[in-house]
Amino acid sequence: MAVEVRVPTILRTYTGGDKAVRGDGGTLAEVFDDLDARHPGLKGRVVEEGDLRRFVNVYVNDEDVRFTGGLDTSLSDGDTVVILPAVAGG
Amino acid sequence: MRFDSLLDSVGQTPLVGLPTLSPSPDVRLWAKLEDRNPTGSIKDRAALAMIAQAEKDGLLRPGCTILEPTSGNTGISLAMAARLKGYRLVCVMPENTSPERRQLLQMWGSEIVSSPAAGGSNEAVRVAKYMADEHPDWVMLYQYGNQANADAHYSTTGPEILADLPEVTHVVAGLGTTGTLMGVGRFFREAKPSVRIVAAEPRYGELVYGLRNLDEGFVPELYDASLIDSRFSVGPRDAVRRVRELLDLEGMFVGVSTGAILHAALGQASKAVKARQAADIVFVVCDGGWKYLSTGAYDEGVDDAERNLQGQVWA
Repeated sequence: MAVEVRVPTILRTYTGGDKAVRGDGGTLAEVFDDLDARHPGLKGRVVEEGDLRRFVNVYVNDEDVRFTGGLDTSLSDGDTVVILPAVAGG
Repeated sequence: MRFDSLLDSVGQTPLVGLPTLSPSPDVRLWAKLEDRNPTGSIKDRAALAMIAQAEKDGLLRPGCTILEPTSGNTGISLAMAARLKGYRLVCVMPENTSPERRQLLQMWGSEIVSSPAAGGSNEAVRVAKYMADEHPDWVMLYQYGNQANADAHYSTTGPEILADLPEVTHVVAGLGTTGTLMGVGRFFREAKPSVRIVAAEPRYGELVYGLRNLDEGFVPELYDASLIDSRFSVGPRDAVRRVRELLDLEGMFVGVSTGAILHAALGQASKAVKARQAADIVFVVCDGGWKYLSTGAYDEGVDDAERNLQGQVWA
């Protein structure tokens, strides 16, 4: 599955400044492994000990993956993955 | 309805159907009009409850100074109550919020400390925590970690929804401090666990996420993920588009964050239609559109409105 991964400003040091990169994989975990091969270090900023880091949110087609299976969330061709730091509202 | 004072008139807001935007007689949308609160937003419930609790705990006495990080509505509610009760209020607010919010705060006598635009409300929280250390005699109510915030919705917003619409299947609300969803979620987990609790959070422009380090992110202390069932990130374009649909099709003039919440609610409605399931979906109208007129969200092209909101904390 080919998906688009949108990368927040603070992680663009790993993508040569690119806002969005292509990823491949049937699950989110596979996509992060794939990304790490081409953008070493990126995965470690998002994933820690097999789970998403506390202050990172990841969305597939705008839905928070923590409610859809986390890193096991399955992906379809053309899905959009968005990585964002957690921010406050209110 | 009659009340002894404005402060007593909080809550008991109307639940209004959306005859045009509801997809079918079996899948219906309902708007909980929280703009009908004393200062025009849902935050009146939390703000007044936090003050009442702090008074009960003996933390707040006449003449005290209240300090609060806020992107607007909580500060506006606190400002009104603080003026009536004789407290001084200092609000820490990101500099990239709409001018109307500043005008309202000043009108009710609040002092405003601006926090840097980059980082949005995270920065406001950081600055307020620093100021609280500098002024140990000030009382920071701290809406992000104050249980009275969620409790207000547990004891009022949730029960009102269930009383007006016993057949409710979904409640969709905004995720900021998480107070609304934590309170409403906890209420329905106990009172009617089949109700799906759905969060819509605003997706801001890059400036607002401009943190130096991912470890500087922020998750409110109140947040308990087990009290919600799904969570959606909604960008300014979808929010503005939905705000205009509500205006054009249902006559409702709502703030930008409500557009994001409606977007998530309509997503749940489509799912129900596809699954051929009946659904009664309540979504929260956080505030009216008045405070956002200057953003151009209502009168310019959607492209312009989206661009204007890019660097703003619009929810």
